[in-house]
Amino acid sequence: MTTSLHQVYDFRGGLYLDEHKSISTSTPIEAALIPSILVLPLSQHIGAAAKPCVAVGDSVLKGQLIATADGRVSAPVHASSSGEVIAIEKRHVPHPSQLKAECIIIKTDGRDTVIEQEQTGLSNYHSLRSDELRQRIHDAGIVGLGGAGFPSHIKLKPGGHHVETLILNAAECEPYITCDDMLMREHAPAIINGLRIMQQALHAKHCMIGIEDNKIEAFTALQEAIGNDTDIDIVRVPTRYPAGGERQLIYSLTGKEAPSQGRPLEIGIVCHNVGTALAVNDAITKAEPLVSRVVTLTGSGIPQPRNIHVLLGTPVDDLLKHCHADSDDIGRIMIGGPMMGFVLDSTTAPVTKTTNCVLVTHKRDIQKPETSLPCIRCGDCADVCPVNLLPQQLYWYARSQEFDHVQDYNLFDCIECGCCDVVCPSRIPLVQYFRFAKTTIWQQERDKEKSDKARERHELRLERLEREKREKRERHNRKKAALKKEPDQKDDPKKAAILAAMKRVKEKKSTESVTPGNTDDLSSEQQSKIDAADARRAKNKKDKNGA
Amino acid sequence: MITHTPQVPSSASVSKLMLHVGYALIPGTAAYVWLFGIGVLIQILLACITAVVTEGIILALRKRPVTQTLADGSALLTAVLLALAISPIAPWWIIVLGTAFAIIFGKQLYGGIGYNPFNPAMLGYVMLLISFPLEMTRWPAAFSLLEQTPTLQTSFDVIFNAGLGVDTVSGATPLDAIKTQLAQGVDISATLISPSYGELFGSLAGVGWEVVSLGFLLGGIYLLLTGRIAWQIPAAMLATLGVLSSIFYLIDSTQYISPLLHLFGGASMLGAFFIATDPVSAATTPRGRIYYGIGIGILTFVIRTWGGYPEGLAFAVLLMNMAAPTIDHYTRPVVFGQSRK
Amino acid sequence: MLAAIITLLTIAVIFGLILGFAAIRFKVDSDPVVDKIDALLPQTQCGQCTFPGCRPYAEAIANGEVEINQCPPGGDATIVALADLLGRDILPLNPENGEVKEEKTVVIIDEEICIGCTLCIQACPVDAILGAAKQMHTVIIDNCTGCDLCIPPCPVDCIYIVPEKTSANQWQWPNPNEVVPATKAEQPS
Repeated sequence: MTTSLHQVYDFRGGLYLDEHKSISTSTPIEAALIPSILVLPLSQHIGAAAKPCVAVGDSVLKGQLIATADGRVSAPVHASSSGEVIAIEKRHVPHPSQLKAECIIIKTDGRDTVIEQEQTGLSNYHSLRSDELRQRIHDAGIVGLGGAGFPSHIKLKPGGHHVETLILNAAECEPYITCDDMLMREHAPAIINGLRIMQQALHAKHCMIGIEDNKIEAFTALQEAIGNDTDIDIVRVPTRYPAGGERQLIYSLTGKEAPSQGRPLEIGIVCHNVGTALAVNDAITKAEPLVSRVVTLTGSGIPQPRNIHVLLGTPVDDLLKHCHADSDDIGRIMIGGPMMGFVLDSTTAPVTKTTNCVLVTHKRDIQKPETSLPCIRCGDCADVCPVNLLPQQLYWYARSQEFDHVQDYNLFDCIECGCCDVVCPSRIPLVQYFRFAKTTIWQQERDKEKSDKARERHELRLERLEREKREKRERHNRKKAALKKEPDQKDDPKKAAILAAMKRVKEKKSTESVTPGNTDDLSSEQQSKIDAADARRAKNKKDKNGA
Repeated sequence: MITHTPQVPSSASVSKLMLHVGYALIPGTAAYVWLFGIGVLIQILLACITAVVTEGIILALRKRPVTQTLADGSALLTAVLLALAISPIAPWWIIVLGTAFAIIFGKQLYGGIGYNPFNPAMLGYVMLLISFPLEMTRWPAAFSLLEQTPTLQTSFDVIFNAGLGVDTVSGATPLDAIKTQLAQGVDISATLISPSYGELFGSLAGVGWEVVSLGFLLGGIYLLLTGRIAWQIPAAMLATLGVLSSIFYLIDSTQYISPLLHLFGGASMLGAFFIATDPVSAATTPRGRIYYGIGIGILTFVIRTWGGYPEGLAFAVLLMNMAAPTIDHYTRPVVFGQSRK
Repeated sequence: MLAAIITLLTIAVIFGLILGFAAIRFKVDSDPVVDKIDALLPQTQCGQCTFPGCRPYAEAIANGEVEINQCPPGGDATIVALADLLGRDILPLNPENGEVKEEKTVVIIDEEICIGCTLCIQACPVDAILGAAKQMHTVIIDNCTGCDLCIPPCPVDCIYIVPEKTSANQWQWPNPNEVVPATKAEQPS
């Protein structure tokens, strides 16, 4: 194991922020509390929401599968404690939109009875093939616990690429958040074991752990856990936000830039969070599905900030009560850190797989919303951007809604880290503009797809109507033509009889004279005129019949 | 209804930036007053009043928040820079006219701060220079060179009383002297030791002017160290000016001004650190700023050497302002993950 | 004098030839303008613009017969895009053709009431209703454009307008230009 000899590359940009971490690392991780109800959203990950496989009224045990994955990019959901399913309905979930989503609500019985799993934990995971490992990880419902929530089993598939390096992201660069730090201090051996399991699943040649240099205890703990394993390098990177950004960390450790529109896998690198590694270890060695995670409860609104091992689905309310946070004093609650988190309006929303921190700010620390001035093009934002973008240009175009130009300047490479926002002298909410531009562009793309489909369907419908008209016309013509033809009378006596009848009717019509009216009291002149006309008519008819 | 994140306390503000630029101007301005009299302070005061009043009126006409916008300090900074750029013995209406023009046509007409393509102070300066060449080219002599130290009354008279007594305080600037002499066929080396002009020149550049330039250099270094301005612009500009002037000086020192005189004479230091670095009108990409600074350096040298005006900085800045958007377009940084590998 | 005229004339002819050559040699094949206009329209096929579908409206615009502000489902965004494309003035949406809907809507058929008359199927411009005579009719929600043309023909009023379902991952961040200050807790006391 080599440590400080390893070269560290300095990613450009970034900010030195006040850490606020020591306030929550003075006590060990607290044990989980069992709330009275658990609210488990069906979508706690990137991809399709899971589908419930239990019904209202069912009794469930801790670790029981309650929703199955829907499709390839999805993850199952398990009950975090034993109890009864009391509802499957829309409830508030932690999301910046403050929208509600489908959740399974469980009323806990307090006994926390664990289900007997079908598969047993394996200490010797080497006996499993990598696809078996991935299947177990999938079945355990493990997703990226660093905040993104991408189903981990997919990210553990080499998929034809040769994985040179598996990186464990132990940076935790955002202020206030310390859950990964405490995990590493207290569970280092399990994390390292999880790393080795992931290495096997990926057939990765080599492992590296990137940790910020402010985490001294964690670093020591990991070093001890690694021991003499030469396959794993632990490297300290300078503490600077956002050192924990996936691409930034990859660059720091390897000097390579992951392709901007591709995945790091394309350059043979895969990156996972330490919490995910621990969950993988628990899933494989103890057959425990993902039902809990460590959450940092911190901020000026929490009397004693700490890290708690929380059961998934625990409403934020319960956590606040547990920490004796005075709801009258609470100014703002954020899920996540101060840079990339979002505000939570409804405290009934639960802790989910991707909740790493609940940041509560006291009322007295809430600052007035700032009015922003026009951009003075100072370029400070571009100086701190870790992705080398030009935020001032992105801002101009996002603001004037010129979405073509905004994409020209690589809007979708923005990781929304917020560095540009913090340094802007005009106090422009830059990240908000970029988020607005991104979601509007996605909506426009969806609209375009829909309208293209509608156009196609409309054209097909017009074609169908044309076709039907044409066919009708042809049928009509065919019928007409068939009727016009003289049939062979020998062959069809019925037809011949009809034709003869029709002929008679025709003749009768032509011979039948029109009975003139007003024939009384005719003068002799009139009568002679009538006689002459009669004679002419008879003559004409004779001629006609004769011809 | 959506709180914006990040929610991290930040001390960045525009008014703070302007304030620090103001601090950085103090050494140079103090030297100015010490060596050339109080005239410059009067000009600064007149400029500031004009700027605030003009911008306030225009903002009210545009139905924009007046106090909030004025509070960012940018109008005051424009005023101070223009006042430092013109001659301190120019009549009062020159600075008033120039500042009003700079604020109205150089800034507010385009939409206020952040939207102007040209440096407002330089726009005002160029308008004055072209319209009132006589008043704009009458410069004071350093006190040490005058027979009697002028009184405060003289300063007031010169500015407010139709230039009364201006002859007692004025003199040629070093660059001006050299140019007029060259036009008459007198070599620079001869000018430097001539009885009428020789005494204008000190160890670095012109007497008095060199100390003022040093003062602005100090201020500029302060701004660099505190990260208030982009280092690329002054570095590129001064380096280019130095290199070009050195080359020509080595070719023929009798026809071309020495690098030291270029760097410490005229408005080079003021321009490099305070005028060219105006963020709104300058280039904004890191590489672009280098080209921008180089461009200003080249143009300043060219106009000073071969152009009709003794000081070319204002024109150079305005010309490069025009080029700034194009420079930005072609110097976009390579996005992380898109390197040509 | 004559020399000057001849010189200028020659120069004009030469440049004219160059321009003509360039116009042919470097001609760029672009979509006819009708296709471009049609690409900007929302394809609701609702007929509110008084034309039987989006394509006829696009053709009418291309011929200069009608203004660009006739499309309510497209709203202001479409008017601006058309103005950009064609170099015409931006006009406010023509209020005679209907109002812009606040949210996107689709329709659903109440199966209990439907009598299977196929009148709605004949009305739907994108064939989003599935059914046959005396058979159950149902709306293919994904294909419904919200044009509401099926509502008038239905003799039993069994078609209802409902808002289109959005999920959290289709939610859009609001435009910061129009944002109101945050939650009550954050308002300065």
